[in-house]
Amino acid sequence: MIRAGIDVGGTNTDAVLLDGRRLLGAAKRPTSEDVTEGIVAALSAAIADAGVAHAAIGRVMIGTTHFTNAVVQRRNLLRTGVIRLGAPASQILPPFVDWPDDLRIAVGGVGIIVPGGVEFDGREICAYDPGSIRDAASILKAADVAAVVVSAIFSSVSDTHERAAAVMVAEQMPGIPVVCSADIGRIGLPERENAAALNAALIGLADRTTSAFTAALARMNLHTELYLTQNDGTLMSAAVARRFPVRTFASGPTNSMRGAAYLCDIKDAIVLDIGGTTTDAGALIGGFPREAGASVIVGGVRTNFRMPDILSIGLGGGSVVERDGAVVGPFSVGNRLTEEARVFGGSVLTATDVAVTLGRGVLGQDPHVAEDVAGRAGATIDTMIAEIIDRMKTTSVDVSVILVGGGALLVGEAALPGMASFLRPEHGNVANAIGAALGQVGGEVDRVVSFNQVGRQESIATALHEARRHAMDAGATEESLATVEVDEVPLAYLPGDAVRLRVKVVGDLP
Amino acid sequence: MLIVDERAAEAIALGAGILGTGGGGNPYLGFLMTRELLRHGAKIAVTGVADVPDDAVVCGIGAMGAPTVGIEKLPRGDEPLAALRALEHHTGCRVTHLIAGEIGGANAMQPLIQSALSGLAAIDGDGMGRAFPELQHCSFSIGGVPCTPAAIADCHHNTVVFPALRDTETLERFARAVTVQMGARAGYAFPIMSGAEMKRTAVSGSYTLAHAIGRAVLTARAAHTDPIAAILAITEGTVLLRGRIVDVERRLVAGFARGRLEIMGTGSDRLREIEIAFQNENLVAWEGPRRRRVLATVPDLITLVDEETGDPVTTEITRYGLRVAVLGMPAPQQLKTAEALAVVGPRAFGYDVQFTPLPGRYGRACPQLW
Repeated sequence: MIRAGIDVGGTNTDAVLLDGRRLLGAAKRPTSEDVTEGIVAALSAAIADAGVAHAAIGRVMIGTTHFTNAVVQRRNLLRTGVIRLGAPASQILPPFVDWPDDLRIAVGGVGIIVPGGVEFDGREICAYDPGSIRDAASILKAADVAAVVVSAIFSSVSDTHERAAAVMVAEQMPGIPVVCSADIGRIGLPERENAAALNAALIGLADRTTSAFTAALARMNLHTELYLTQNDGTLMSAAVARRFPVRTFASGPTNSMRGAAYLCDIKDAIVLDIGGTTTDAGALIGGFPREAGASVIVGGVRTNFRMPDILSIGLGGGSVVERDGAVVGPFSVGNRLTEEARVFGGSVLTATDVAVTLGRGVLGQDPHVAEDVAGRAGATIDTMIAEIIDRMKTTSVDVSVILVGGGALLVGEAALPGMASFLRPEHGNVANAIGAALGQVGGEVDRVVSFNQVGRQESIATALHEARRHAMDAGATEESLATVEVDEVPLAYLPGDAVRLRVKVVGDLP
Repeated sequence: MLIVDERAAEAIALGAGILGTGGGGNPYLGFLMTRELLRHGAKIAVTGVADVPDDAVVCGIGAMGAPTVGIEKLPRGDEPLAALRALEHHTGCRVTHLIAGEIGGANAMQPLIQSALSGLAAIDGDGMGRAFPELQHCSFSIGGVPCTPAAIADCHHNTVVFPALRDTETLERFARAVTVQMGARAGYAFPIMSGAEMKRTAVSGSYTLAHAIGRAVLTARAAHTDPIAAILAITEGTVLLRGRIVDVERRLVAGFARGRLEIMGTGSDRLREIEIAFQNENLVAWEGPRRRRVLATVPDLITLVDEETGDPVTTEITRYGLRVAVLGMPAPQQLKTAEALAVVGPRAFGYDVQFTPLPGRYGRACPQLW
């Protein structure tokens, strides 16, 4: 079956067609204002490039920053209300408390705290009170909100209160979408609630966008299943994406790194994306990006999503060479490279000019760089690359380093200390779209358990069973399921070996 | 008298995280609470230790419990105040001043929050100058201030007063058991003492120090200069190593997150390796492999910060691959006496190593002006 992968970036929309591991065709087109036209243009061009029949395409997968952009630009957001079940706890920090003012205003930002929620061990903080939910719903109705979040304390331990409240709100406010924070996952109430509120605010846009995507595919005579890529590199169906647009927030860098590794057919590597101004380094472990410790902040709001651990340095094709090659970057001519670099007839000595002089790449005209300056600048670049590789490494074993991006020519052929070899995948320029087309789905469980009550083995087995079920619900075949993460963090101060247990399973779509 | 505005609260929270030595919980939520109160018109002022009258009634306050629960079950806000009011009722004294149990971590924000809620004055000092895992590690107890009466309260204002307990270790055990019943988070009020007793035992100037550290890091970040150098200039600390965490071992022992970290040097520290033992807070740092030489031990401060940003890296978020600088900073003088070392020295935590103080003096290089 042929898979189509599409990456909608800020500037370009890339499309690829893959058959198994084989790249059949690729195309790049400008991203359109409405996103959809750019997708149609890129995908049509990729299909033409591959010379395949539309009917042969079995699945289309899209990675997009569309929803992130809507939050950043404060556009197309629904008026959103939050009902938190937790009183009397949590009252000092109401919903939306850490949002930037302009975004809070853009979504209306009405938050109400009512009794409810549970303790870490599942005991109720307060009993569920239908009356207070009904009252909250009428306040939100009067405030004219168009989407509602219900978030209860420790809903990852027990979501009974959240579900009951969601049903009640749906009855009271027919036609208004209701988001349960438990579906957004992870412990940490403010971040989970924030992510759920952003999700609710985006539901209108998600509905229109996924419908437009589906309609566009239908217009192209592609009657296939549509998937969107999530933060962790796995996929969700268009029907799920319609309800959970926030799950796409950090998918961009994830797709790029996973695509690069896939092209090289390796699962553990460091990926260097060398652009015009910066080099971004990430690490892949078992085919998935290593996650950063910090939460993803979108449009000024802390969410409970994790970004891939990316380290950036000021080295790119446009980096300005100074002090006779002793310094390269962080100043860069950026997107004026094709006017200002010497290889393009300009007068600024850039890293690209050095690379061409040293024979690392062939480009434009002779940049006329003195041999000793080029040699010194080349050594400076190598030191910077070796240092960023060293900082990303997690073991002393030599690693493979994958180079992608327009500035990859800055790096010579020879391996640097601490690394095994440089890999330069063909088609590295469409790694994003290839990453989107990998076709894996996942399931995750994150909760507090007591090993004393249930036992460690059994707790982990139960969590894995649930995660596997989530992955299969998302469409994974049972035989392809693999556990990618089992993380246990003991909780200080609690008796009974209480542990925060997080497990993740991924599998392939059929 | 120092006025705490939003900017100052942000700097104090950041500095408190760095003084948390890996534990103490994240001050971010406490900062948000303080900011919310300030935005609703609260005024917060911090009084110098020397300015507190000898006959003042001072009470230590803070929150206790599991940090991981604290990020999910957010507080009602006034739990420590409820405990304090119960203590007033029990003793018949009116408290005039609040003091932090520990400046390290989330508890640094509590006197500011409770001061905003009650109008009581907060003191520019604390009972640790850093963070420690248990109540008995505070300088008030070490200095002989009786730990009882003490009180704890939860979000329902369920309150338990401990009128008389043998010592602070016992209070720690009893209060911990009750805290778990309270949903693993509670506000505490203890010890209650005179201004004179507080002056004799407290670590003075800890808010000024936390603020100066935080301000220095924020300034360095804005100016794109090295935030770590800025921290060291104020704390008279040293970088023990710059590197990457290559191993984390965590296990639960009697309710504490105990474990060890291995950090492999990068850059000019490439050939070096450090091992750190922690119990919530970082306790001992050895030059590795095989713990060849002790680099720093409690009560001196061992803190991991993000190599780029200077943000504190707490024990809970340490993981394989994080890039950090390991900082060693001198402890307050109160914690270095023979009596104090018996409670907060390495042997008190079960490590048979000698405490060799790091150079420098706590707070000496800290600018006194906000």
